[in-house]
Amino acid sequence: MDLTLFVWKQSGPEAPGRLEEYRAKDITQDMSFLEMLDMVNEGLIREGRDPIAFDHDCREGICGMCSQVVNGVPHGPLEKTTICQLHMRHFRDGDTLYIEPFRARAFPVIRDLIVDRSGLERIIRSGGYISVHTGGVPDANVILIPKADADIAMDAAECIGCGACVAACPNGSAMLFTAAKVAHLALLPQGRAEGARRVCLMTEEMMKEGFGSCGNHYECQSVCPKGIKVKFIAKLNREFIKAKVKGG
Amino acid sequence: MTLDGKCPSGPLPGKWEKHCHDLKLVSPANKRKYRIIVVGTGLAGASAAATLGELGYNVESFCYQDSPRRAHSIAAQGGINAAKNYPNDGDSTYRLFHDTIKGGDFRAREANVYRLASISSRIIDQCVAQGVPFARDYAGYLDTRSFGGAQVSRTFYARGQTGQQLLLGAYAALSRQVRAGTVRIHPRTEMLDLVVVNGEAKGITVRDMVTGRISGHAADAVCLCTGGYTNVFYLSTNAMGSNVTATFRAYRKGAFFANPCYTQIHPTCIPVTGDHQAKLTLMSESLRNDGRVWVPKVRADRRPPHEIPEEERDYYLERKYPAFGNLAPRDISSRAAKEVCDGGHGVGPGGRGVYLDFSDAISRVGEGKIRERYGNLFEMYEKITGEDAYKRPMRIYPAPHYAMGGLWVDYNLESSLPGLFVLGEANFSDHGANRLGASALMQGLADGYFIIPHTISHYLAQTRPGAANQGDPAFIQSVEACEALIKKLLSIKGKKTVNEFHRELGRIMWEDAGMARSRESLERALRRIPELRAEFWENVIIPGGEAELNQELEKAGRVADFLEFGELLARDALHRNESCGGHFRTEYQTPDGEAKRDDENYCYAAAWEYKGDGREPELHKEPLVFEDVHLAVRSYK
Repeated sequence: MDLTLFVWKQSGPEAPGRLEEYRAKDITQDMSFLEMLDMVNEGLIREGRDPIAFDHDCREGICGMCSQVVNGVPHGPLEKTTICQLHMRHFRDGDTLYIEPFRARAFPVIRDLIVDRSGLERIIRSGGYISVHTGGVPDANVILIPKADADIAMDAAECIGCGACVAACPNGSAMLFTAAKVAHLALLPQGRAEGARRVCLMTEEMMKEGFGSCGNHYECQSVCPKGIKVKFIAKLNREFIKAKVKGG
Repeated sequence: MTLDGKCPSGPLPGKWEKHCHDLKLVSPANKRKYRIIVVGTGLAGASAAATLGELGYNVESFCYQDSPRRAHSIAAQGGINAAKNYPNDGDSTYRLFHDTIKGGDFRAREANVYRLASISSRIIDQCVAQGVPFARDYAGYLDTRSFGGAQVSRTFYARGQTGQQLLLGAYAALSRQVRAGTVRIHPRTEMLDLVVVNGEAKGITVRDMVTGRISGHAADAVCLCTGGYTNVFYLSTNAMGSNVTATFRAYRKGAFFANPCYTQIHPTCIPVTGDHQAKLTLMSESLRNDGRVWVPKVRADRRPPHEIPEEERDYYLERKYPAFGNLAPRDISSRAAKEVCDGGHGVGPGGRGVYLDFSDAISRVGEGKIRERYGNLFEMYEKITGEDAYKRPMRIYPAPHYAMGGLWVDYNLESSLPGLFVLGEANFSDHGANRLGASALMQGLADGYFIIPHTISHYLAQTRPGAANQGDPAFIQSVEACEALIKKLLSIKGKKTVNEFHRELGRIMWEDAGMARSRESLERALRRIPELRAEFWENVIIPGGEAELNQELEKAGRVADFLEFGELLARDALHRNESCGGHFRTEYQTPDGEAKRDDENYCYAAAWEYKGDGREPELHKEPLVFEDVHLAVRSYK
């Protein structure tokens, strides 16, 4: 099949960007979306033109590196699927696609479809961990965690940190990302000790980084490639209020 | 030269403890005076950087991704082994050690493997303390499952995302150290060279992948945790960016490269669909707990799987290896798949596939249970193939997955270059000629959390901190050489893209040095690779400039190294006139097609020393001495 692409091109953070038109020809159904872009790029390189820069690495939907908006939707039209796992069988011959970077105030464009998501790093650094040194820990089975609790913690822990939630949010909020980590650790007995401090530090850092507040649009949940639920935002809010009441 | 692995003397179980006692320490007040570079942030790199930071060293951590959390350990699915014996099914440190030695076809160092097995339990404890949400039973105890090459259930897991959860644990520990100020992260930064001062590794040269700036970084010791090299086959289960450059550059600077021909071809991957394909996707080995592997007994049988009656199916793993059945080790399962497909029994496009069938398991435990165990894997399979594996069997085929070979290291994980330590998949030490499933995560974390903190102090205690700095001639020369190389690449302005060269190299490696190799095919590879390399340096086209984000330039540098490294791999495979583990030479097999080792002549690790461009590398041997294990023919029947 043949497609028409309008792709965001921007040579650097300060340079003006624009949508540029490309043709993707002889695309087959078995190709992944990124393989389609690989093919377009090979054509551009042979013609001596500038290829489209985009982030990607594992191409298995787990590293969270890929970050594109297709026709207005972060990671494209298929639910619970990263752009690298989206295959061309979901498109039709003659389709026109608009491909843009993840857009948010806290994600400046580096080049073309590549953005700077280091704000998410700093949220984790502010307190998204259990303060345990290597060594000197008890046997793993000393800490009992009923299956139901472990399962919910795992639901939250599955976050791949891609930032689609931020890109989809009208406020550019990183609430779902932050909440997933807060909830994962708060649901486990090992994480309770620092729970109050953690939720305060992480929320504070999120605001400082220029991410917006949650307006209950739930766009984040609908684009999350791992299906992380907004109930974890409620969990974060509960944890936050509890911490503040206690004077955290 | 005969290499000395520096294994401590004494009985196997006490070696590590005794050795730790003999190692020199750096006092707490002196640790902050030392700077350590850690390249790579996968399980080995992140755990090492975090732990060294906790101890008080100054750590500089480098990764090519935009975040350390994205290193390819994240994609490991199935699990991590540990000899906890929680299920009371007969496991022990000794059994894990023995399974690993046997699984590696008796080509690993005994002392290293025993240490790994004895540390395994502490890794699980550590990860749980960090908040890794391992699978649990209703009472809250940890759950385990079985993996290939073992008859006990010792694999701990977090759904089908164990690597992700373990890496996020290590990343959390790393992030904590960044906040504490002991670790600095350099993301989107690629190592291009190792800097050696007075015969010791004292730093690296890197390229900032956003600005293109090349700079030197000095330290008191360097740890390479840069993963494996199976992208030399172009198509592999590795991430697109995984490469050999860091370890290969270290090899060119004097570190020996050991056993490059030991590559693991994983039996359960989604088959190739066409030339456009950029990478292959693994389906976790854990699926073989419940999936049965089969092909039609009749050749070129084109009937859909459900129309093929039971008696016309060949469950070839169960038939050939009744004791281990579908959980035969990876090398053996892969070769068995190739054999049935070569024999014309393969299914799917081109006959390059076998079925992995869950219908028995679904009727036994119900679809819900299977969904709970492997749901995300079934989803991934459907996304890629468009097929529902609950309804029809998966089609799978072997694909390059892991490198057992790597830089040679001694018992201290120190390479032949003093001050250069190599951890995780990047080293050669623990898996012999074949790695068992769920052992890579174990090794990466053992090296990073529990081994390097002890052994690196022994080296540092004998050096003066801050002995080298970026102004040294060695650093200036290295930066200039890297800049010159990049200028040269950009000046070629040829006609063929980097991917075209990589694809072609992959074809040579897969056909002539892949799952089955022969003297003839390897000699052909050794002719074809230099030809392709010569063409690359005349005809590659790289758009853009050096002082900018330039992904084609990044790829070109990596492929240039693969074009050299592929030759080293083929040379090693040609020299090893035996079959063992993942290295299968068609000339050396038993009458029933199993790998035939030659313990008399090849019971050693082959470590290659770079001798200059256009010159043959020199082979050094480290004899493998087995004191506790009896060298035996590996049988899973």
